[in-house]
Amino acid sequence: MTARVGVVTFPGSLDEKDAARAVRLAGGEAVPLWHAEPDLHGVDAVILPGGFSYGDYLRCGAIARFAPVMTELVPAARAGLPVLGICNGFQILCEAHLLPGALTRNRGLRFVSKDVRLRIEGTATPWTRLYSGGQEITAVLKSGEGAYVAGPATLAELGARSRVVARYAGANPNGSADGIAGICNEAGNVVGLMPHPEHAVDTLTGPSADGLGFFASILLAAARA
Amino acid sequence: MRSQDTVALAAATPDRPQPYAELGLTSAEYARIREVLGRRPTDAELAIYSVMWSEHCSYKSSKAHLRQFAEKAPPTGALLAGIGHNAGVVDIGQGYAVTFKIESHNHPSYVEPFQGAATGVGGIVRDILAMGARPVAVMDALRFGPADAPDTRRVLPGVVGGISFYGNCLGLPNIGGELAFDPCYAGNPLVNALCVGVLRRGDLKLAVAQGPGNKVVIFGSRTGPDGIGGASVLASASFGGSGEGAKRPSVQVGDPFMEKLLVECCLQLYAAQLVVGIQDLGAAGVSCATTELAAGGRVGMRVDLDAVPLRDAALGPAEILMSESQERMMAIVEPACVGRFMEICARWDVPAEVIGEVTGTGRLEMTWRGELIVDIPPGSAADDGPVYHRSAQRPAGHSELAADDPSRLPRPASGAELRAGLLALLASPDAADKAWVTEQYDSYVRGDTVLAAPQDAGLVRIDERTGLGVALATDGNSRYTLLDPYAGAQLALAEAYRNVAATGARPLAVTNCMNFGSPEDPAVMWQFAAAVRGLADACATLGVPVTGGNVSFYNQTGGVAIHPTPVVGVLGVHDDVRRRLALGFAGAGASVLLLGRTTAEFGGSLWARVAHGHLGGRPPRVDLDAERRLAEVFAAGSAGGLLAAAHDLSDGGLAVGLAECCLAGRVGCTVTLPGDPFTSLFSESAARAVVAVRPGCEAAFAELCADREVPAAVLGTTGGGGLTVTDGFSISLDELGAAYRQTLPALFG
Repeated sequence: MTARVGVVTFPGSLDEKDAARAVRLAGGEAVPLWHAEPDLHGVDAVILPGGFSYGDYLRCGAIARFAPVMTELVPAARAGLPVLGICNGFQILCEAHLLPGALTRNRGLRFVSKDVRLRIEGTATPWTRLYSGGQEITAVLKSGEGAYVAGPATLAELGARSRVVARYAGANPNGSADGIAGICNEAGNVVGLMPHPEHAVDTLTGPSADGLGFFASILLAAARA
Repeated sequence: MRSQDTVALAAATPDRPQPYAELGLTSAEYARIREVLGRRPTDAELAIYSVMWSEHCSYKSSKAHLRQFAEKAPPTGALLAGIGHNAGVVDIGQGYAVTFKIESHNHPSYVEPFQGAATGVGGIVRDILAMGARPVAVMDALRFGPADAPDTRRVLPGVVGGISFYGNCLGLPNIGGELAFDPCYAGNPLVNALCVGVLRRGDLKLAVAQGPGNKVVIFGSRTGPDGIGGASVLASASFGGSGEGAKRPSVQVGDPFMEKLLVECCLQLYAAQLVVGIQDLGAAGVSCATTELAAGGRVGMRVDLDAVPLRDAALGPAEILMSESQERMMAIVEPACVGRFMEICARWDVPAEVIGEVTGTGRLEMTWRGELIVDIPPGSAADDGPVYHRSAQRPAGHSELAADDPSRLPRPASGAELRAGLLALLASPDAADKAWVTEQYDSYVRGDTVLAAPQDAGLVRIDERTGLGVALATDGNSRYTLLDPYAGAQLALAEAYRNVAATGARPLAVTNCMNFGSPEDPAVMWQFAAAVRGLADACATLGVPVTGGNVSFYNQTGGVAIHPTPVVGVLGVHDDVRRRLALGFAGAGASVLLLGRTTAEFGGSLWARVAHGHLGGRPPRVDLDAERRLAEVFAAGSAGGLLAAAHDLSDGGLAVGLAECCLAGRVGCTVTLPGDPFTSLFSESAARAVVAVRPGCEAAFAELCADREVPAAVLGTTGGGGLTVTDGFSISLDELGAAYRQTLPALFG
């Protein structure tokens, strides 16, 4: 049986179609999850997709954190369920305190949409195990509030415990601390990533197919579980 | 405060003075309203007629000319809905239809660039949504004053920020558009927004109210006091208003989050078959939606304005009727379906309210606080507005302008001069890299974008299985149109047609946004009449019908109008987007060919402007038959897999075109120019393109060109680290890139 990966739609989610397509391209089954239903439908992993949940009003991800689906997701994530938050999903994971730090306005204060080179540094997570350490990939960054910030102690701990999953290779596109593009929690099952791997799964519509590794990794992890 | 003006009161007080002039109506128009109604209008009725008979809603100055688009339309079986609907709908095969339209939001974008441009996107997206389609992409055609003018630094970042804010949050990929600068747009920037949507062929929705007893539902944002054009008049005592001379924003404020909810909500309502007819609320808000729905169905309608959900309880009926609050729709729903309709709205947190019902009376009746305040034949407001045949006269000095041929201008001759000329063109704001703008737009969302800026056209996949897709481009060169509006409009069409064809797509249909000065100026009207005639004639020749569009008049400050600027959008169908052609040289060793015929044509050219600040003479010659044959070469070259790159030539000619091919693919080329180097590099002759032929396919491609009588000259081959012109000059990719990329960041930060 193939792995079932839930993709949550909040009001204002935009990239759920792409996340679901990436799961399917990797060979998995994408299961739509609805923000208002506190039910994960027994999925093997969950993706919080990009977008502007609740219009990004108040603060990106601040309202989505209180959605009914999160009442199920947060304890499941703490218990080890693999969760990938992409862009707005990363912001939601930070607001939900599943990941440390916060995402703030880009340096330059403009929305940035461009192809970026990423260096995958954390390959122990269920979302990245098919990458090799230090491997460089191309994915799509598209966000207005993508600058990762955290206190010095947190940054030191993220570095020391190999919890930086990906860094921007080359120029820092948005002013993220230490060039951080993605991090994971202590256990490694919860990953937040500002760039979009789901937009890099097919060279027809994306800059590369490098992002497929995230989705293939989770299927492998689910198969072993 | 005076008591409410009612139909009964209007009948009893025929001589009460009314502020029709302040609302923009002429005394003749006012007299006609009285004639239609057989009495004076109530305040609310006057509000309806004033907005519905405005130039913006009634097309009163342009209607007589726009008829040509329908009258001259080429026969096509593809058109499912044409001019007069919210947007045209075209059958693209495999059971799919697409709907697309371009619309201006020029004036609001000058007053308040961010919200003006943002709500321009929102408005055109609702037009597409109202046809029953899922919006799938947007584009923007932008014109600003001089790039280095202080006010451009206010307007441009605001406009781009507004489009970015709204479109990105709405989740629609921005797949291209235009950005141009000219002093004529200082004080009158142009913001033209295009949206394209997709539906199944049988799912078309129309703005038609049917079935007496059916309910009228308003849903989306609550109605507020924003965007009321005549707010100061409405607030005055003579108009029975509510405020104390309150200053209210005349530019609407957009909420893209609500629009996203509205999109998903509408699509679910359509899928559940709960909608009889639907109309978006744009310009003229409730006035427009109610009159058009009722007139469209030739029925009556009764509306209780007290039921309209308000954001400001102090609003009076005339203000509710004129409000242009964003993110609102109006649907006609069978009574038995209202419950399910409301459930779906609630699922998406979209406020919805039944405000009336369809009647068999043929009258639009509205009540307020229990009293009848509107009782009109809806068609009189929606369809039977005034039509003006305004006088047209060739502008003074136009023949001198046309006679001022650029052939007298000094030309570069040596390799070094040609080299410097190329770099100057490439660095000019019109030709320079637009990444400063396009990097603020999400082009990836929805995962179906195959081509986006800086490609010749945007290309969106419609069907993942078959590879069916649609290509879109907008073009318009106002320098050409100033010199010759008839030819300029045709050249705009030709360029957009060529850009779409250059992806391998088959051009199918046209939308347009006619941006002009005041129609009351005979010189402007002469330009407008010629441009419409030129476009209609060219559409007939190329076999691509105009499916809809928009006219924006009064783009002028004082007595000085903008250059006539028809912006033409062409939609094409791509049978298999996996075979799309892109502009970047993809690798070394491909033959570089110039397609088409080049003659010395510099009137209105980028070279004349950048090198000499000159604008005069004749624009390039129009050759629509050559355009069609060139398009066939692209289609066959794409289908046969013969081409590695294709790029249309326009502003800046072969010089700029070759540089763009090199920079996009990060691969150089070495070329030998086929004739006089200056003319070869900088002429802007139409119906031309540069292509790279896949190694081994040269003979097959040559035969293809010969069959279609498209001249094809081998220029050289791709490869190397720069653009090299044999016996002329060489420029490294780094130097080309620096010239190309630094201009906009240096100007806008």
